Amino acid sequence: MSGRRWSVVAAILVACGVVISAVPAGSAGGVVRIGVAGPLTGSYAAFGEQLWRGAEQAAKDINAAGGIDGRMIELVKTDDACEPKQAVNVAHRLVDAEKVKAVIGHFCSSSTIPATEIYAEAGILAMTPGSTNPKVTERNLPTVFRTCGRDDQQGGAGAEYVVQKLKAKRIAIIHDKDTYGQGLADAMRARLHALGLKEVLYEGLTRGEKDFNALVTKIKSQTADAVYFGGLHAEAGVLVRQMREQGLQAPLISGDGIVSQEFVASAGGPRFVENVYMTFGRDARKIYTGRKVVESFRKAGYEPEGYTLYSYATLQSIAAAMTATRSEQGDLLAQWLHSNKVDTIMGSKAWDAKGDLQVTDYVMYRWSSDGTYQEAE
Amino acid sequence: MNGYIVAQQVINGLVLGAIYGLIAVGYTMVYGIMGMINFAHGEIYMVSAYLAAIFLALLTGAGLHAPPILLVAILLLTILFTALYGWSVERVAYRPLRDASRLAPLISAIGISLVLQNYVRISQGARNQGIPTLIEGHLRWASADGSAFVQVTHVQILIMVVAVLGMGALAWVMRFTSLGRACRATQQDRIMAELLGINTDHVISTVFVMGAAMAAVAGLLVTLNYGSFDFFIGFVIGIKAFTAAVLGGIGSLPGAMLGGVVLGLCESLFSGFVNTDYKDVFAFGILILVLVLRPSGFLGHPEVEKV
Repeated sequence: MSGRRWSVVAAILVACGVVISAVPAGSAGGVVRIGVAGPLTGSYAAFGEQLWRGAEQAAKDINAAGGIDGRMIELVKTDDACEPKQAVNVAHRLVDAEKVKAVIGHFCSSSTIPATEIYAEAGILAMTPGSTNPKVTERNLPTVFRTCGRDDQQGGAGAEYVVQKLKAKRIAIIHDKDTYGQGLADAMRARLHALGLKEVLYEGLTRGEKDFNALVTKIKSQTADAVYFGGLHAEAGVLVRQMREQGLQAPLISGDGIVSQEFVASAGGPRFVENVYMTFGRDARKIYTGRKVVESFRKAGYEPEGYTLYSYATLQSIAAAMTATRSEQGDLLAQWLHSNKVDTIMGSKAWDAKGDLQVTDYVMYRWSSDGTYQEAE
Repeated sequence: MNGYIVAQQVINGLVLGAIYGLIAVGYTMVYGIMGMINFAHGEIYMVSAYLAAIFLALLTGAGLHAPPILLVAILLLTILFTALYGWSVERVAYRPLRDASRLAPLISAIGISLVLQNYVRISQGARNQGIPTLIEGHLRWASADGSAFVQVTHVQILIMVVAVLGMGALAWVMRFTSLGRACRATQQDRIMAELLGINTDHVISTVFVMGAAMAAVAGLLVTLNYGSFDFFIGFVIGIKAFTAAVLGGIGSLPGAMLGGVVLGLCESLFSGFVNTDYKDVFAFGILILVLVLRPSGFLGHPEVEKV
């Protein structure tokens, strides 16, 4: 009896092995393989989808226009679930098994930081469209770039808005204990102190939980007139709903971690997102060069919100560097990117010596009770 | 520190505790009868949240809008279908391995939990899902100048009432019905109970079904309370409910409820008056302390363990 059972188990394991080995590894001739890594599953899968959609469309458009020196781009889709451990596995797979020549990703800073170590060691160019933690580019890894801003800029912009426009005096700062969330909250706090204000509360909540009522009661007891949240939409939505349910009407201010329609879903309805603010780059959908691409997304029934166009621009930048240098070597591509401008659908982009964008423009958006967001005054 | 804030934190803790307790029942009953932890239970709860939302959509789509009838209908349907999931978990993960070593069903249950998580993720998507607020309103006790108040929402009242009623009904079944007697007999000695003519397979199935039914009640109430859910909600709350069951004395029904409430209150008061960052550290610290001082939990019976 048990012998038969084990043979079934063994058969299943063998079958799995066959499936894995049947997946093609190594690069084929005439194509450039580029990895796309982000959270395709998990609570933050919405951002992974933005990343993938953007890269997919860019690859399609670049290939239609003749590819990179006549060679077609082939994307390799991988999932890190926004978990650092899985991100490292993904990075090893992209480098060793998939033999990619460049990587778009990752999304979560906590994943990008360990994964880029591996890409840098392998001499592969890695450009993240969405990781905003300063550490991503602060470690002197020559082949690491980003096409978005940094949390010290973003948190600073948030702090200035809260103090100067919202005229808040008693500010509570909440974060999700993650590299991105706490980094953003820390940056916000630093600028707040520089502006001469001190927060009334600075605490971290646990990701994956749904009950922040105790924390909300505490915020209320501190009579906070603004709440800053460093984190992502899944917790931000629950937090703002419980604030409103407990009668706390103070504005909630957050960063680019909530720039998704899913923020509305996680709050349980659009009426809870009234009076929520967030910092994000100037809307790429309104930049002239991006209009045609935006149209093609919409025609396919997909609204290119959040990081979709950042991801598109990232692949454009990688392709531009490869075309100009006629190379796939990370250090040559990096050298070129450090000293040249790239025309992307988000406008002309140039990078400094660290791999950060030379110009970033964070603006404040405001959510309204119909579930949409507009640039705030 | 004023009284209103303290009272509000106690209410927050009680509501959280009632939810933990409802889910902890599933762990404690399965442990009581089989001496095993059902690691798929958190996922059963997660599935019930999805089922509740699906039935809500179906029923409102069919033109049923009166909140009380709608809620009762959703509750019954959710319980029915979630119980089916609980029953299947026992059939697939436990029954074929009844005579295997104790480790095997434990691992197959973990397997089932992964299957359920990914099955829901693939079929329903990884995105956050939201449902509209069905029950509005709250009770408030405000101070004279109206600056401070304590409030409890109607959903929160419903959660506490249903938790108490559900636990009461379950305790009654276990104590006074022939099914309950069969459960207790199986719990004491499965082989002897079988020799005396009790269909223990049937009893074990029933226990899984009852645990799943309580998780379904929790799933519906929590979804109404928080308004959003995703395929991953079973994990964190599963660990917390399991902790509550151990704290109260695993195998004991009132213990599960008591453990839930103690855990909820600990978390809420520590978070409210000390620090949110370390509330879980504190809660698990309490667990360790209780287990050191009283290894069988608050209401558990000290007995020779089979593990």
